[in-house]
Amino acid sequence: MAKVLVFITLIICFILYSIVIYTTGTIDHSKVSTTEYVSIQKGKMLFQKNNCTACHQIYGLGGYLGPELTTAFSDSLRGEQYMRAFLKSGGARMPNFHFTSEEIDNIIAYLKYIDGTATTYKNDIKQP
Amino acid sequence: MPENKVSYNTDKTAKAFLLLAISYLLFALLMGVTGGFQYILPDFLKDKLSFQQTRPLHVYLAISWIFTAAQGSIYYYLPRIANRPIAWKNGVQVHLLLQITISITIIICFFLGYFGGREYLEFPPFLGLFIFASWIPFTINFFRTLKPNYKTAPVYIWNWTTGIIFFFITLSESYLWLIDYFGGNIIRDVTVQWKALGSMVGSWNMLVYGISFYVMEKVSGNTKIAKSPIAFFFYFLGFTNLMFNWGHHTYIVPAAPWVKMVAYIVTMTELLILGNIIWQWRKTLNAALKNYSNIPYRFMMYAEVWIFLNLTLALIMSVPAWNYYTHGTHITVAHAMGTTIGINTMLLFASIFFIIQEELASAFGKIKKWITAGGRITNTALIVFWASLLGSGIAKISAKMEHNSFTEIMKKCAPWFQAFTYSGIIVYIGILILSIAGVKTLRANSIKRTNNS
Repeated sequence: MAKVLVFITLIICFILYSIVIYTTGTIDHSKVSTTEYVSIQKGKMLFQKNNCTACHQIYGLGGYLGPELTTAFSDSLRGEQYMRAFLKSGGARMPNFHFTSEEIDNIIAYLKYIDGTATTYKNDIKQP
Repeated sequence: MPENKVSYNTDKTAKAFLLLAISYLLFALLMGVTGGFQYILPDFLKDKLSFQQTRPLHVYLAISWIFTAAQGSIYYYLPRIANRPIAWKNGVQVHLLLQITISITIIICFFLGYFGGREYLEFPPFLGLFIFASWIPFTINFFRTLKPNYKTAPVYIWNWTTGIIFFFITLSESYLWLIDYFGGNIIRDVTVQWKALGSMVGSWNMLVYGISFYVMEKVSGNTKIAKSPIAFFFYFLGFTNLMFNWGHHTYIVPAAPWVKMVAYIVTMTELLILGNIIWQWRKTLNAALKNYSNIPYRFMMYAEVWIFLNLTLALIMSVPAWNYYTHGTHITVAHAMGTTIGINTMLLFASIFFIIQEELASAFGKIKKWITAGGRITNTALIVFWASLLGSGIAKISAKMEHNSFTEIMKKCAPWFQAFTYSGIIVYIGILILSIAGVKTLRANSIKRTNNS
């Protein structure tokens, strides 16, 4: 009986913890306009549709064949134009996805948004 | 010589699950080796089968190997534990059919370039619904066949119950991003994704550890181990970690600081598991030497060594000051590979060989030397593979500290990429030997059975 009670107690703790994570634990303080939001969401869908996560990481999720992209937008060694060039033509390892200019704008908007939220990186981690 | 063993009318389908699982494993490793070559030869299959495709194939198939081999084993063990046939025989076949159909669809999607683009679940999202549905017959059969009484049930029943329940929870949770409230906020999206995936790994570990407990009980003949207070203590410790330790992946995500603190404290409770391994070391070693000729036992001992190595690595990686450096490097991959191949694959092979040994003792005797060779090759090569992933991670950390560009980092890591690709080939050969031995005997049908169905 004690085992069942411990199990139920842990499950209740898990449910409560999940609710807190879903709400107050993950508030995004960055502000974007409606137009930007639409572009960001389009960029996110393009990022997923082309499975960019296979090679690139965002907040630690993804593969290592390509560089981490969480703070690529504000990185002094990379930045917007550098990323645009790769999105347009591909690279040594990166295939050319033949993105249109609008698609490139949306992906850049998505990466810019992520970069804006990456306070932990900018405070602690110097990216290559 | 034919053997008399009790059999059930679902054994054939259970073994079909195991054969399917082995085919996943071989294909997963092939994609892994291909991906390795794409690290050392940037143009290798770049336009025909790019890393964008080989990685999701590798990941999906590796996960499928674990789930399918676990489900096949459980389907085989269920009627033997309950002493009655599986409750819904057709459900087992429906499950198998759904599993095969979903896998073929996902593999075709990856080859054609249709992605969902989410870590682990890189296939189009609607397929998640079918995966969810495919687990329903398994769940119905588990509960209806066992009708578990949790007051007296051994720990492996608890492991399996937890694994099943949390697979449904975590699979559902991993698709919350489809709701704008989650998907529209990158911090929430990433945190919930890490939460779901971290616990999903815990759910399949529960299935595998339960199997390991069951096999250990049968091999040792000691039914008290699986009901002992220490077994339940470590079950609840593992269960707590399944639910709360995922946050050690999110030190870099700007979620609330207490998320990380909870994860760190819970993760450090795993020191108790590590301490127990060290405490029991001499006893384990003596038992291993005594039972070395028993193949399933030997594979469980391989896993024990890998648990020690990976737990040590996981604890190091979970310390925030060290995670700062190890995050985003192949050290994380070393942990994933050590767990997937070193622990889960060894335990699942222990289960497969236990089933074969039970059913076809004479045929099993003939393949024993191949299994011994396969086990040695796999584990020796895996040590080199694991160490070279760590080497690659350390090289990347060193290059990052020197503020090198990504191209320079890749150049400095190149020797390690070669080391893990070539040792990966040897791991593949070892697994291939084990798989051939497994497939050949699983398919053998020279058994005289007392049909108990």
